[in-house]
Amino acid sequence: MIEIHNIHKSFGGKKVLDGISGVFETGKINLLLGASGTGKSVLLKCIVGLIKPDLGSVTFDGTYFTNNKLDIRQEIRRKIGMLFQGSALFDSMTVEENVDFPLKMLTNMSRKERIERVNFCLKRVGLEGANRKMPSELSGGMKKRVGIARAIAPNCTYLFCDEPNSGLDPQTALKIDELIKEITEEYNITTIIVTHDMNSVIEIGDKIMFLFEGKKLWEGTKDEIMDTDIKELNDFIFANRLMRDAKRIEEEDREEEQEREAEEHARLEKNKPAG
Amino acid sequence: MLQHFGKYLLFMSSLFVRGESPRIIFNRTIDEAILIGINSIFIVAIVSTFIGAVTCVQVSYNLTSALIPRSTIGFMVREMTILELAPTITSIVLAGKVGSNIAGGLGTMQITEQVDALEVMGINSTSYLVLPKVMAAVLVFPMLVVLAMFLSIAGGYVAGTLTGEITAQEYITGIRSDFIPYNITFALIKSIVFAFLISTISSFRGYYTSGGALEVGAASTTAVTNSVIAVLIADYVCAEVLL
Ligand SMILES: Nc1ncnc2c1ncn2[C@@H]1O[C@H](COP(=O)(O)OP(=O)(O)OP(=O)(O)O)[C@@H](O)[C@H]1O
Ligand SMILES: [Mg+2]
Repeated sequence: MIEIHNIHKSFGGKKVLDGISGVFETGKINLLLGASGTGKSVLLKCIVGLIKPDLGSVTFDGTYFTNNKLDIRQEIRRKIGMLFQGSALFDSMTVEENVDFPLKMLTNMSRKERIERVNFCLKRVGLEGANRKMPSELSGGMKKRVGIARAIAPNCTYLFCDEPNSGLDPQTALKIDELIKEITEEYNITTIIVTHDMNSVIEIGDKIMFLFEGKKLWEGTKDEIMDTDIKELNDFIFANRLMRDAKRIEEEDREEEQEREAEEHARLEKNKPAG
Repeated sequence: MLQHFGKYLLFMSSLFVRGESPRIIFNRTIDEAILIGINSIFIVAIVSTFIGAVTCVQVSYNLTSALIPRSTIGFMVREMTILELAPTITSIVLAGKVGSNIAGGLGTMQITEQVDALEVMGINSTSYLVLPKVMAAVLVFPMLVVLAMFLSIAGGYVAGTLTGEITAQEYITGIRSDFIPYNITFALIKSIVFAFLISTISSFRGYYTSGGALEVGAASTTAVTNSVIAVLIADYVCAEVLL
């Protein structure tokens, strides 16, 4: 369980986080939802201590983290798996070395065990056989998946994912969501996911925190989210739904178009004079 | 300025607190050393050979008096290259080559969150990334400087004999006369000091990059100019203190 209390952060006079408190439960998927630029990534970085909050504290399973001694913070960090918004793969290493890196640095596994684990993780994100590729040879979505493989390679206790499925096609996005859900439940870890994708919310969100301009406006489960009367959240959901509907309508149109073309084609074929 | 210096000192101290295991640092140092060595050997060879050649030709052009033996040319080429040209010019060339490489590499890692990724794993990123670079530079620079000494003396030999300014016999007599072994020690000490300055200043500049690709470029440039200035100042200080 991760608890945050009254987190404040400003950058040069610009308030980005304005007193956010909350609890992220173990064995559940905790979502941080919000529009672009509301401070989701900054909050995630404050939680893991990459950005020092101006005020406020974070505790991991009862251990105070934010301003604690370096040893204790590093101890906790070794239990953290994190996917960054821009993947943050080590670009001088191959895919295999990237996923192997936390295993090599943080565990006592033998080389053979590690390679097995790497292959297992790559398989789970659908990238088996990409071992020898360099990050520069991968697409954005593939990088993201390698980033996830690297985050889950050591059996972490806390998993943080910054937009795990942005830039992925809906099918792969769904697979990644399911993977994260599986891992969370199987190993009973505490997972926090940053997202602005309503699909993820409906698929996997056990607990959702909605951020708006640096404040926590709403908190609840995915069943409650549709009945909320908070205007900002409703706007957000509505915009997302609109997008999805628009996409669906477009797709239907395209299918219709294709059918019509096929019919036309068939008619022409039939009417063609023989010979 | 003073603030930068304070931050630099703090940065230096962070290299040594709670580092990674010695085995990891050792392996990384060897990797970095090979990288620095291989990447720089060609440019160092070219520069030092030509410097030796030019020194030889210019000294012989200035030595017109019949009273001074021609072997003095060889003597002077040796003294100038060993004491000053090989260590200092090599280091300035390396400040450009290695310094920009270090700053650019670390800067890119910083802005693409690779440094954050290390930190989140509980790894001390300065000790993991920077310490091996510094140790590798301190290890490899003296080797490159020794190579530069040999090549510049050889360059002088080739230039001197090809132009007919000096015979092979005279040149060899010259480079063997009045040899002071301490000069070599002095040059090696200098090269270690320069290596330390270049690698730490460039790492410092690269590590504290924030922003985007533009800032990485700027960090590289600042790293090189700062390193060169530091090398020249240190060169003077070394000469005052050690000679
Ligand atoms: N290092 C920084 N220095 C200055 N301002 C920053 C810094 N990091 C973030 N910000 C500012 O904080 C605000 C929130 O940024 P953040 O990256 O958390 O957004 P986000 O919610 O993750 O958005 P997105 O969904 O687009 O990733 C932005 O306005 C950004 O300009
Ligand atoms: Mg973000």
